[in-house]
Amino acid sequence: MKAIACLVAVMLAAASVPALAESGPETLMPPAPVNRLDNESLQRGAHTFVNYCLTCHTAHFMRYNRLTDIGLTEHEIKDDLILTDAKIGDTMTVAMSAADAKEWFGATPPDLSVEARVRGTDWLYDYLNGFYRDPKSATGWNNIVFHNVGMPHALAQLQGTRKIVETEYEDHEKAEAAAIAAKGLASIAPAAGGKWTVATLETETPGTLTEVQYEATVADLVNYMDFMAEPAKNQRIRLGMMVLLFLGVLFVFAFLLKREYWRDVH
Amino acid sequence: MSKLLGWIDDRFPLTALWKSQVSEYYAPKNFNFWYYFGSLALFVLVLQIITGIFLTMNYKPDASRAFESVEYIMRDVDWGWLIRYMHSTGASMFFIVVYLHMFRGLLYGSYRKPRELLWVFGCLIYLCLMAEAFFGYLLPWGQMSYWGAQVIVNLFSSIPLIGNDLAIWIRGDYTISDITLNRFFAFHVIALPLVLLGLVAAHLVALHEVGSNNPDGVEIKKFKDPSTGHPLDGIPFHPYYTVKDLLGVVVFLVVFTIIVFFLPEGGGYFLEANNFVPANPLQTPVPLTPVWYFTPYYAMLRAVPSAMGTQVWGVIIMGASVLIFFALPWLDRGKVKSIRYRGPLFKAWLALFVVCFAILGYLGVHEVTVWSQFPDQWPILGGADRATVVARFLTIGYFLFFILMPWYTARDRTLPEPERVTFK
Repeated sequence: MKAIACLVAVMLAAASVPALAESGPETLMPPAPVNRLDNESLQRGAHTFVNYCLTCHTAHFMRYNRLTDIGLTEHEIKDDLILTDAKIGDTMTVAMSAADAKEWFGATPPDLSVEARVRGTDWLYDYLNGFYRDPKSATGWNNIVFHNVGMPHALAQLQGTRKIVETEYEDHEKAEAAAIAAKGLASIAPAAGGKWTVATLETETPGTLTEVQYEATVADLVNYMDFMAEPAKNQRIRLGMMVLLFLGVLFVFAFLLKREYWRDVH
Repeated sequence: MSKLLGWIDDRFPLTALWKSQVSEYYAPKNFNFWYYFGSLALFVLVLQIITGIFLTMNYKPDASRAFESVEYIMRDVDWGWLIRYMHSTGASMFFIVVYLHMFRGLLYGSYRKPRELLWVFGCLIYLCLMAEAFFGYLLPWGQMSYWGAQVIVNLFSSIPLIGNDLAIWIRGDYTISDITLNRFFAFHVIALPLVLLGLVAAHLVALHEVGSNNPDGVEIKKFKDPSTGHPLDGIPFHPYYTVKDLLGVVVFLVVFTIIVFFLPEGGGYFLEANNFVPANPLQTPVPLTPVWYFTPYYAMLRAVPSAMGTQVWGVIIMGASVLIFFALPWLDRGKVKSIRYRGPLFKAWLALFVVCFAILGYLGVHEVTVWSQFPDQWPILGGADRATVVARFLTIGYFLFFILMPWYTARDRTLPEPERVTFK
């Protein structure tokens, strides 16, 4: 047993060897404030999704009537959320053809059904907060989380425009401290002469929402995308609790049964 | 009821089979924690077959519809998400259980005479399981599915002369395509499960012929009750081990439930994030690493440098690292079977083996740059990826455990074995 304990200790030590920092820009990414149980947030997110995303992106695996899971009635879905001639049982598609999209954007906008499972909610939240004006890019937009992204800022009307601000620091330590102090999206990259630059975003022209309102809107949208990526998630977690409770009871009986039988083994 | 049983027994040895294989199969009474994993492996096999059957009812083995049909199962099929998560979690749990079951064999010398063939059947099951997992992984038709299959099939094309034709023969096409998906589906749902079930049956028949080993590594058949002829240290498998294994199954199910219901992605190791992107033959996903249960071998493959203009050496090393398990019964010359009575040499080498396997597994899920590079001014090693160099040493350590085994097990200072099993 001692040998095994040693083995485990060595394995844990091996696993905890810290991964050394990789070169290239590192981005400080605040987590997404999402709550999968908040139906109102999910409903607001669904509205934002059909109004702003579902014009170019599809959600081929998501049926409109699945929105009843987040507390909407079929009437509400038909009246407020289906902006095309789709039926309630149809999936979320767009009128734009893939070929047109490729010509206009350089790439077909990806289907967003399971995007939250590919990227994670934190990444999506920061990505949607990370757009800034960049005259050098084809669309006029760039993103601090996804460099040279082909997608323009679809929510620009809400957020307004932002610009990137780069500050140079003597060493990595100071740059990191400044990036943390920025309390938001910030990316640190090596610069010439051993120096480091910290890039942050700053409002250029305001949109129809304040900064706080915009962040809340994006959080709702990301929350919805997380729901859409796995509509059964809440049911799964609820059921899991029940199964564990059942197994707890079963364990007691299995344990007593084993003890009873093994009483006569000497 | 007894009349019916009599009727059957006159025509089929039902009672005799039940007695010889279950209710009067005598197993050592001193099984410990490590002995749960055999029955658990059987349990997971049944779970995979049942959930697999239900998945097959809704899955479409068609390159243009496979990804969509998996999402259809996750959303529109009643309890489809549960069946799919049970199957995907079951795949990883199968390997965890089988790795622990094999490690038990190493701990207590379960492969030693007279259980050599039992061990060989087990190794064949392990090979078959790897193939089964590999074929199954293509079916969701995500990016990792596609490129994982691409990389593994390309390994065959590194074989000199016949390699390229062999790879085309396996794929049935010049790249992984709908044709490949169809044949992998056939292998996954019928060919390999049939072989697997046959091998498991052979494994069990061999086990019941020679009898189970135990944590003391001594034969219980040496001391029998003169009146009944049953081993003195044996107890009938049923009811003693059926109720004990039932307890094991419940504990296993608790772990299984926690993963299926609360962590179905297994932290990105059981279901990889990139596999939620449909297969795209024009774009390689980064990083491209195999599922966790293949990573020790993948790390070895990557660590071996190409030489004489071919990369086949890595493939040979990877193949050898799996096949070498077959030789174990003939490499071990120890006077005792169980680690309880082995000397310090075997314990040290086994520890080294486990460390090598674990760190190789860790390196296999990361890119070779994970530990950055040695400083440029260093002689020889300067500029080389640390992880690659470490992986080379670990690969050597992995093989030395086997190659040096005849030597270190024979000269080890072992403790005397007890006559009979120890049981508190």
